[in-house]
Formats: sequence, C-alpha cells, structure tokens
Amino acid sequence: MKRRNFMKNSMLFAAALTALPAVLYTKQTYAAWPKKSFDIKDLTDSVKSVYGHNNLEESSKVKLKAPSIAENGAIVPINVSTTLEDVDSIMIFVENNPQPLSSGYQLTKLAEPSIGTRLKMGKTSNVMAAVKSGDKIYTSTQEVKVTIGGCGG
Amino acid sequence: MSTIKMRSKESNGVVTVKALIKHPMETGARKNKKTGDMIPAHFIQEVHSKANGKDVITIHWGPAVSKNPYLTFKYKGAKGDALEISWVDNQGNRDTKTGKVK
Repeated sequence: MKRRNFMKNSMLFAAALTALPAVLYTKQTYAAWPKKSFDIKDLTDSVKSVYGHNNLEESSKVKLKAPSIAENGAIVPINVSTTLEDVDSIMIFVENNPQPLSSGYQLTKLAEPSIGTRLKMGKTSNVMAAVKSGDKIYTSTQEVKVTIGGCGG
Repeated sequence: MSTIKMRSKESNGVVTVKALIKHPMETGARKNKKTGDMIPAHFIQEVHSKANGKDVITIHWGPAVSKNPYLTFKYKGAKGDALEISWVDNQGNRDTKTGKVK
C-alpha cells in the first residue's frame, strides 16, 4: 500500500511540474506590456524607449484630433488617423503627464490607421501622435488646454 | 454582465468598431481622501481584437487612459464578421466579448 501511495504522489508531482511551464508562459505574455516605456517621466526618453531613437518627422499626413480646450482633464477625447501606408503602430504621448506615454496601438494588415480613445491629462500640455510607417516615425502635435486636471483627487 | 459594450458597423469594406469598457483605471497616484492611503494602481494594460480569428489590433494602455475607457478603431472587413474584443488588467483580471458585425 505504501508503494502505491508513493507512486500516486510522484505522479502528482510530475503533473505539477508539467503544469508549471504553462503558468510561466502566461506570465510572459503579460510582460509584453512595455512597463519600462510606461514608467519613463520624460518625453524624449519615452520616445527613445519606444522606438530606439528620436528621429521624428512632423507630417501633415498624421491627423490628430483633440480639443484645444478640455474642460475636464479626466476625459479628453483624442482621435488619430493618417493617410500614410504600411502603418505599424500609433502611439499617443502627453508631454506634461507624469508619464508621457499614454497608449500604443499595434496595427495588423487588416486594421485601418484610425483610432480614438479618451485620455486623462493632469494639466495643459502638448499631445503628440506618432505613427510608425515603414522605418520612419511621423508625428503631429497639438496643445490641449486643461482647465480642471484629471490626475488629482 | 460583460464589462464590454461593443458596436460595429460596416460601410464600403471598412468596419468601424466602437467599444466601451467598464473599468476604474486607477493610476496608483491617488489617495483615499478619508484614510490618506494610496489607492493601488488598477488599470487595463492590454486590449486585443480579432475578426474571424485573425488579429486586427493589439493595444497597450497606460494609467493615463480615462476611467471606463472608450475605444474606436477601423479594419478591412465585412458584414457578419465574428468580432472579438478582450482585455487584461494589471491585476490579471480579464474579459472577452464577441459579436457579429452589422
């Protein structure tokens, strides 16, 4: 009987071992979220951590739609679209937020380069939309004046 | 009830998707006014969308996205596409919603 118990226990142990890599794997998919880029507090560093360089080009082909005056900084509607081809990703940076990188959108071939969301803004700031097309980064910047901040209590 | 409200409409081969997700989106920088304790960060980190099983868009959100986030995007698709939107937050919670394109 003892031997049987031993076998049973070791089988359980083996099952636990095989289950372990599965747990590790799901943790790794969370890590795909670029924590480092989201933690950076300076716009230039933030851009560099996302793209690996700071070669940005202002382009009229990137359309950033944001209010010039936001009455409520907790809900600032932002829309970004572009007529550029082969768009890889769209990133939205808010210069004066505690962490400038607000959100990133990775597009597949199926997606059209047009996205919209709502952001929190602590105070008046430049909002920059960056579109990666091919190897180049094209940007469009607009100032949004905030009368009531959205980051405090 | 699902935390995701999703609407989609096709026009000239392009589907416009609009979604509203119910989520507190806490930044981790706010204090509870009564107790003075910090409210722990709780926000959606990743949103993913598929159409007919194919990846359309992968979104990384930081804490700067508004409470009860709103999202809109477009993709090349057709009426009747099986559309799926899912999210994961920094505490490991997740939700998925599926629907058909109108």
